[in-house]
Amino acid sequence: MKFRQAKWNEPLIFERSRVGAIGYSLPDPSKTIKKLLPNPLSTIPKNLRRKVQPSLPELSEPEVVQHFTRLSQMNYSIDLGLYPLGSCTMKYNPPMNEEIIKDPNFAQAHPHQDCTTLQGILKILFELQQWLSEITGMDQHSLQPAAGAQGELAGVLIIRAFHVDQGELEIRRQIIVPDSAHGTNPASAAMAGFDVVVVPSNKLGQIDIQALESAVSNQTAGLMLTNPNTLGLFEQEIETIASIVHKAGGLLYYDGANLNANLGRVRPGDMGFDIIHTNLHKTFATPHGGGGPGAGPVGVKQRLAEYLPVPVISFDGTQYYTDNARPKSIGRLHGFHGNAAVLLKSYAYIIRMGWEGLHAVSNHAVLNANYLMKKIESIKGFSIPFAPGVWRKHEVVVSAKPLERDTGVNARDVAKALLDRGLHAPTFYFPAIVEEALMIEPTETFSKAELDRFIKALTEIAEQAYSDPNLVRRAPQNTAITRLDEVKAAHPRTMTLSWRMLQQRDQEI
Amino acid sequence: MSKFRHSFLPTVGVQEKEMLTTLGIKDIDELFSDIPSKFLLKKRLKIPNGLSESEVCERVSRSLAQNWIPRKGMSFLGGGVWPHIIPEAIKSIVNRTEFLTAYTPYQAEISQGMLQALFEYQSLMAELIELPIVNASMYDWASALGEAALLTSRITTRDSFLIPHLISPGRRAVLHTYTQPAGVKVVDIGYNRRTGQLNVEHLKELLDTNTAGVYFENPGYMGVLQDDVDAIVDIGHDAGALVVVGIDPISLGVIRPPGDYDADIVIGEGQPLGSPMNMGGPLLGIFASKDERKILRQLPGRIIGLTSTQEGDERGFVMTIQAREQHIRREKATSNICSNQAHSAITAAVYLSLLGPQGITELGEKILQLRHYAEEQLHAVDGLKAPLFEAPHFKEFGVSIEKGQESTPPTIRDVLARIQECGILAGIPLDQSFPELGEAALVCVTETHTQEEIDQLSVAFQQALEGKP
Repeated sequence: MKFRQAKWNEPLIFERSRVGAIGYSLPDPSKTIKKLLPNPLSTIPKNLRRKVQPSLPELSEPEVVQHFTRLSQMNYSIDLGLYPLGSCTMKYNPPMNEEIIKDPNFAQAHPHQDCTTLQGILKILFELQQWLSEITGMDQHSLQPAAGAQGELAGVLIIRAFHVDQGELEIRRQIIVPDSAHGTNPASAAMAGFDVVVVPSNKLGQIDIQALESAVSNQTAGLMLTNPNTLGLFEQEIETIASIVHKAGGLLYYDGANLNANLGRVRPGDMGFDIIHTNLHKTFATPHGGGGPGAGPVGVKQRLAEYLPVPVISFDGTQYYTDNARPKSIGRLHGFHGNAAVLLKSYAYIIRMGWEGLHAVSNHAVLNANYLMKKIESIKGFSIPFAPGVWRKHEVVVSAKPLERDTGVNARDVAKALLDRGLHAPTFYFPAIVEEALMIEPTETFSKAELDRFIKALTEIAEQAYSDPNLVRRAPQNTAITRLDEVKAAHPRTMTLSWRMLQQRDQEI
Repeated sequence: MSKFRHSFLPTVGVQEKEMLTTLGIKDIDELFSDIPSKFLLKKRLKIPNGLSESEVCERVSRSLAQNWIPRKGMSFLGGGVWPHIIPEAIKSIVNRTEFLTAYTPYQAEISQGMLQALFEYQSLMAELIELPIVNASMYDWASALGEAALLTSRITTRDSFLIPHLISPGRRAVLHTYTQPAGVKVVDIGYNRRTGQLNVEHLKELLDTNTAGVYFENPGYMGVLQDDVDAIVDIGHDAGALVVVGIDPISLGVIRPPGDYDADIVIGEGQPLGSPMNMGGPLLGIFASKDERKILRQLPGRIIGLTSTQEGDERGFVMTIQAREQHIRREKATSNICSNQAHSAITAAVYLSLLGPQGITELGEKILQLRHYAEEQLHAVDGLKAPLFEAPHFKEFGVSIEKGQESTPPTIRDVLARIQECGILAGIPLDQSFPELGEAALVCVTETHTQEEIDQLSVAFQQALEGKP
């Protein structure tokens, strides 16, 4: 298979503008209405009227459709093939879900409607809360957070609220995160006002227990951890870890980005975690839309339930309702009920998979990750750092260090060369504890044939690196564009963040 | 080997066996053998059995049928999520799975389509607002406000943030969640009881050397327009504070853009630009700013920039100024946000491209006419005060039940409930969030409404106030 991405040299939409073209059709108000106010702008104070029309482009509808369709063809997506970004869980997004959310009984529902008129969707959300609790081993969930990072923020705010209640927030200023943690963990902790203490991983890629013991103290507010961790390894000492943190008076927070391997196998709640967020746009198959919307429901053990963000969807025996009467709640994170459409899609996914299906998801996701590890292990130029012989879970982290040392071809070059073969690249240079890291999460979505295509591509790239390294470094050549100048993009003198900035710069020159 | 089959799972039979053989194991269970056995689930969880696709659709559709949604044009609810016309072309474009099923464009070369579309979103919004920098989106208006408050505090190293008293309760609550841990105090600016506009004298009294930011909305939560914007911005700036303005982007065809009156930061809700109401989510948080180093360095969220190829000068797009972000700066990041509302941003980009300068202006004019008519009709209803405030409005306005001379008038909730029995959602009750406004509600009129529908609303109000069923 020879891959060649579409390349349209599509100008900016502004550059396609033609004076007078229109792409809209709007109903006219009745004659009576227009006659009543023939000059609508007259109702706006002079000082507040828009004097000059906004410089938006002028195009007909077919031209707009053509423009964006061309752009879409210059974009890789899960429906085109393997998208093995580590910790991103790029799995198949059922088209069924996109139809379901078009139901006018949902799409036209207004969040300010009285709960009595929203019983259908509230029941769905209530069941989703229960299923998420059941799957993760928690007692209660709130669906407020609009993304994983906001779910994390909710989690850390719950830790904060708990210590406020205990009268210990003054002393408990520290959140502990492992050095392999997702970047959002320390960022969320900081947003909640905590100091971050980093604990190192040991040689097996797991939390160093001794380091953890010396890091915890009466200042510890909590630990943020994902299990399996970002190396794809299950933290085998999780029971000890939980006990150390709990004994010190801290809480355990579970970063749900890596939940896919656990479905139907293990539950964070059983391992001692007190709080969890789940990325529905990862494990529960909602499309990521090129950067969102996602959803990051947050779940807790019973003793923390009173702190959950409001509203929680509750049932009083006859009616479902939005429960805001939770005085100790950390408050709201979203103006309304979170990303409701995303929540609805996840609900549909869970009943489509069912218990057996979810179990099979983790089985195949883990099988795929280990199959890749086994195959990549034997490709010259790559190594599998940490814990040889230990099975990975949802993902595997490969090091391109040997290749880089031998040939000068680094992880970035390998990633770009994968693009040339019609495959998305893994996450690279993360986690930072692995040199020249390529973090690969295949998910359950892809067949052995697609995984073999990936392995073949890596093999070819490595061979090419040893024979003609410059060829690899020139990759990608088959994508819509070749490598871009990121320094220029971020440099104060050349930085261009909008058409408006581009126009202003052109005027200055 | 498991016998379970599912249409989403390609690995079966022979392939599964081959893969297991490669790994030198007989059963997938062995891959979980490193997990302490006490944690391995031994029971079946209380999750339903899987259903076929048609059964899933049927079950969800049956549940959703338990919702009650008024007939087209019979809802006058707004307050942060509004009914607007969505051109069909938008749906066919944004539902293309090349956009829908992509991740964040980490690999720029193979994701130019998404990057250019997001750059265009930033650019179109920048023209509407007249500010050069717009990020690739926030979750919603509420979290954009939270982030804006934190940003003003970081830049000024001050800790108080002034907001209008008449603000969406949901937005206020989210602001509180975001600012409280950072020790940023939120202080209310009073309003003019007659006009509903910001009380500028009160604002002056509140401003001091602790004021990080001054926030106001145009239109405000009650639909009221603030006309003395230049003065307010100057007053804020003179006190050394940053000025943040909240907008409804669909108003900016007719309303002066905040970039033109020197706002430092502009936030708002982009849902009107092509996104369905969806019970309030996903939404689209707008976040725009001036091109100043001190602000840019502190911006939250993803930003797409234009650049060129390393070899040659072909134009291309990348995520940029990433040194602010969590994956690089970790605990020193400006925010933890990564996934945002990119898909809603593309929706807004297509919407603005279709409407163009003429469309967004015409739309604004039509909305003004329809709202004006509704205001007049409700004004004529006996026992109803409409509009609640005297200042000019955009698409929303308050109404309240006048105190009766002899008999005790019904409560606003009674009235709204009676109108709902006629199949109309007349407005959002304000009695709990703003008791000082009396028995009041917020009514929203957009281009989705017709004269006939507005007439029905006024008749329904009249009858409900007269106690007729």
